[in-house]
Amino acid sequence: MTPKDAQPFYNEMYDDHGTVRDIYLAYKQWLNGLGAGALERKRAEAELLFRRMGITFTVYGEADGAERLIPFDIVPRIFGAEEWRRLELGLKQRVRALNAFLNDIYHTQEILKAGIIDAKQVLGNAMYRPEMQGVDLPNQVYAQIAGIDLVRVDKNDFYVLEDNLRTPSGVSYMLENRRTMMRLFPELFALHTVEPVEHYPQMLLDTLRESAPAYVDNPAIVVLTPGAYNSAYFEHAFLASQMGVELVEGQDLFVDQSKVYMHTTEGPQQVHVIYRRVDDDFLDPLAFRADSMLGVPGLFEAYRSGHVALATGVGTGVADDKSTYSFVPEMIRFYLGESPLLSNVPTWRLSETDDLKYVLGHLPELVVKEVQGSGGYGMLIGPTSSKAEIEAYRERILARPEHFIAQPTLALSACPTLVEAGVAPRHVDLRPFVLSGKEIRLVPGGLTRVALKEGSLVVNSSQGGGTKDTWITGV
Amino acid sequence: MLSRTAENLFWMARHIERAENTARILDVAKLSSLVPLDMDGSEAYLWYAPLNITGCAASYEVQYGLARSDAVTRYMALDPDNPSSIYCCLRQARENARSVRGAITAEMWEVINATWLEVGRLSKGMREEQYGDFFEWVKERSHLFRGVTLGTIIKDIALNFIRLGTFLERADNTARILDVKYHILLPGVADVRGAADYYQWGALLKSVSAFEAYRKIYRNVIAPLRVAELFILRDDMPRSLHACLNEVETALIQINGLSGREARRLAGEIHADLHFGRIEDVFTRGLHEYLTDFLRRTDLLGQEIRNSYMSRQSPGAMDKLRHVA
Repeated sequence: MTPKDAQPFYNEMYDDHGTVRDIYLAYKQWLNGLGAGALERKRAEAELLFRRMGITFTVYGEADGAERLIPFDIVPRIFGAEEWRRLELGLKQRVRALNAFLNDIYHTQEILKAGIIDAKQVLGNAMYRPEMQGVDLPNQVYAQIAGIDLVRVDKNDFYVLEDNLRTPSGVSYMLENRRTMMRLFPELFALHTVEPVEHYPQMLLDTLRESAPAYVDNPAIVVLTPGAYNSAYFEHAFLASQMGVELVEGQDLFVDQSKVYMHTTEGPQQVHVIYRRVDDDFLDPLAFRADSMLGVPGLFEAYRSGHVALATGVGTGVADDKSTYSFVPEMIRFYLGESPLLSNVPTWRLSETDDLKYVLGHLPELVVKEVQGSGGYGMLIGPTSSKAEIEAYRERILARPEHFIAQPTLALSACPTLVEAGVAPRHVDLRPFVLSGKEIRLVPGGLTRVALKEGSLVVNSSQGGGTKDTWITGV
Repeated sequence: MLSRTAENLFWMARHIERAENTARILDVAKLSSLVPLDMDGSEAYLWYAPLNITGCAASYEVQYGLARSDAVTRYMALDPDNPSSIYCCLRQARENARSVRGAITAEMWEVINATWLEVGRLSKGMREEQYGDFFEWVKERSHLFRGVTLGTIIKDIALNFIRLGTFLERADNTARILDVKYHILLPGVADVRGAADYYQWGALLKSVSAFEAYRKIYRNVIAPLRVAELFILRDDMPRSLHACLNEVETALIQINGLSGREARRLAGEIHADLHFGRIEDVFTRGLHEYLTDFLRRTDLLGQEIRNSYMSRQSPGAMDKLRHVA
């Protein structure tokens, strides 16, 4: 790879003078010493490993629910311990504020009374659950598992792109990527001191145990999956087995007198904590969507009465909505009395007349997203879209402006990545996983996603993105 | 353990075992067809056996008519639309394993998943002369799966449901193999066809990998009564009915629990008959009748196992429990 001069984006490996950054020095030397084709061979080996282990995800809308591998890139992304500590503090602060916000809006709603957020914005949100009003949750935590998407634009500038508080995916890839790297390149781990991430399942288990109803000494914990055809099923099964708990489907559970039981070979057994990977709407046909086959009739009543804990809590979606996102710095100031350590991307809310006017005038420069979209679907990326695409999107915005937000196009940092032409910079983001129980924890690292197409800024797996191992090293 | 998990483990093991048995049956049919039978329609005669054993003669005939070597082999080995084919058994086993990934070890999953991926590749354009190797491969994968299972899984309830699936299926298959060939074992009728029968017995023994075992145990010429005894009553022959029921009974005892009482009673009863049975009595009663009855009872046992451990109780189950308490 030949470093270009004055790149328009931050390069994780080279500084502006083309000099290898300190944290990448050892790796770069090792890379230089590799024979031709060695990386390519390792990549093929990695793909075989992933396929054999069945580390796949399902792409909706493709022929017979085809299982695909998420492309795994074997060049790691490296962070220094120092910069990671700063991120870690910022992440914990952010998640603490988000949980405080959720507890507040389902109780006394101080933030609305203080006029910091418009009540309509919260109470009129489709993800707000009036049924949760006044329900007390263990540790006052709603989002036990948060996947916070970060992007880097400069040496010290990180932005939070999204707070994923409902059922953030990808932690299994973080763990499998590390396992694969250690299997393929043991010598690299002798060269570097990489902070371990393998204890994540233990941390998750601790978090879930702490989330159990207070009167339970030894809680029975399960992972609730929509089933083997869900796109993230691999992850559900992986986490259940790593924690040593049952992986259940709705049909395995039933409710009796506000308590939840699972059908076992020894008869019914009570369940105290459910790490659910099923959305609110599908959780309980009696309380929410009546046509749902994925949930458990009566579960919501059991939850409200405190006999079972759900991770993540019902109604959490109101806080990770893209229109709520722009208020998070305000939440941090309001609930914690601190100034935010991580920045938000400037965001225009198209529900507001001035913002709408500005955005409609600058569509070719902006990224426009649906407020409740995810997975990179339904976005407009102004700079890479055709005139016709922009005009079609303009129509959608005008029809329902309140469904959209807009952000400037960010110059995401790029990390060396093995592509067909060799090792070349590709844009990346980072999703660390923040766990909230009695305390807030995270392992040093996260899932780095990479846009494999040259110049592309879209890292979502559903849009052809790949993943990398993320290293926090001692330097 | 979750009822659904138990169910999937049970069926995962059954499907793997069934794939292996089908490979064995087809392999033997192939070997037998190499020996001239010296009678009209001998090809069809030979190739009905595998269809009858697996109970898919009727569905085969609808599509292909008379039993022919190539069509039967293809239908039972690789036909994705024949639910009893090796291909479908391996697909089904993989689906079962996929639903309970958390309950099996990574190594077990890797074997099942790799087997399924490979059979998908093999199934495209397999030539007639490659089937022999394919059957060997299926047997090897099944051996590998059992070895990996025993070498990696905790000896707990999961293993017992896997054992139940394996050995109930194997007992069922051994009984069927024997039943289809019972006429060559009938005393008195046996020497009618002479040499041809000798090869048939040989094939029968080879189908359950018992040719060498027979020589070792009896050190004698192959005689119908002994072959039947080996298949049914000898508990040192790994694929005999007795050996299978040993495993089934042990697994049920280890699973224990209130709900399995009836299953344990049934298994104990079948096991006792095998344990104390005499081959002369089997023949007095009629070999075919004996085997038919055995298949009926093991089927009942299978149903009872499903009722006891794998069904999801209807709402109101707790009320019943409260009454008990």
